[in-house]
Amino acid sequence: MTPKHPRPLSPHLTIWKWGPHMLVSILHRITGGALTVAGLAILVWWLVALSGDAAGHARFVAAATHPLGMLVLVGLTWAFWQHLFSGLRHLVLDIGAGYELKVNRFWAVMTIAASLFFTALSWAMFMGML
Amino acid sequence: MSTGKSSTPLGKVRGLGSAHEGGNHWLAERFGAVALLLLSAWLLASLLMLPDLDQRTLAEYLRSPMGAVPMALFVITAFMHGLDGLKVVVDDYVHHEGNRIALHFILTMAAIGGAALALFALAKIAFGAA
Repeated sequence: MTPKHPRPLSPHLTIWKWGPHMLVSILHRITGGALTVAGLAILVWWLVALSGDAAGHARFVAAATHPLGMLVLVGLTWAFWQHLFSGLRHLVLDIGAGYELKVNRFWAVMTIAASLFFTALSWAMFMGML
Repeated sequence: MSTGKSSTPLGKVRGLGSAHEGGNHWLAERFGAVALLLLSAWLLASLLMLPDLDQRTLAEYLRSPMGAVPMALFVITAFMHGLDGLKVVVDDYVHHEGNRIALHFILTMAAIGGAALALFALAKIAFGAA
C-alpha cells in the first residue's frame, strides 16, 4: 500500500549533521549487518566444522587464527559489544527516556567507550585462557 | 498491516511508515533482542569457562543438555533477530516495492537455510554422530 502523501523515510545520511548520536545510530545498523552476515556465517562454519572430521575442523582453526581471521574476529567482537550497548540504549529510548540533548549525547558516547573497553577486556580474558 | 493496539493513532492515519506495517514486528524484534542478550551472555561465559576450545572439548560440551539446548536457542534467536534487523534496513533503503519484497524473500530463505544448517550440525554433535 502506498499512502497518498508518502511519509519521509529514515535515515537520510546526507542531511544529518554528524555527531555522537548520529554516529551511534548508523553504527547500530552497520554492526548489526556485519554480525548477521559475517558473524552468523562464521557461527555456521564453526558448528559444521565441529560436527565434521578433524581435517575440516583444522581448516576452521587455521582460518580463525590467521592474522586476517583474527582481525575479523576482533572486529566482530567490537561490533557485538557496540550493537549490544547501543541496543540497550535503544531499549531505554523506546520507553521514551533519554532524549534530553546532553543525556542523549552522553549515552551515545558511553556506548562507544563501553564497546572499546569490553572488546579489549574480552580478548584479554580470552588470550589469558590460552 | 498493523492497525492493532500497538499501532499509534498517528501511524494509522499516515500510512504506517516505510514498512507499511509492523507494530508486532517491532515488538518481536525487541523480545528477540533481550532473549539474544541472555543467550549471548551464556555463550560468552561458556567460551571463557571451558578448559579448552579444541574440537573434543567443545563437542563434549555441545553433547550435554546444558550445552546443546542453549546453543540451539542461540542459533534460532540469532538468525531471527538478524533477519528482523536486515528486513528493517531493507524497508528503509529499498523504495521499489517489488525489490523490497524480493529482498525480504531472499533474506528469509538465507536465514532459514543458515539456521537449518547450524541446527543440523548441532544435532549431529549432540546425538553423538560426531
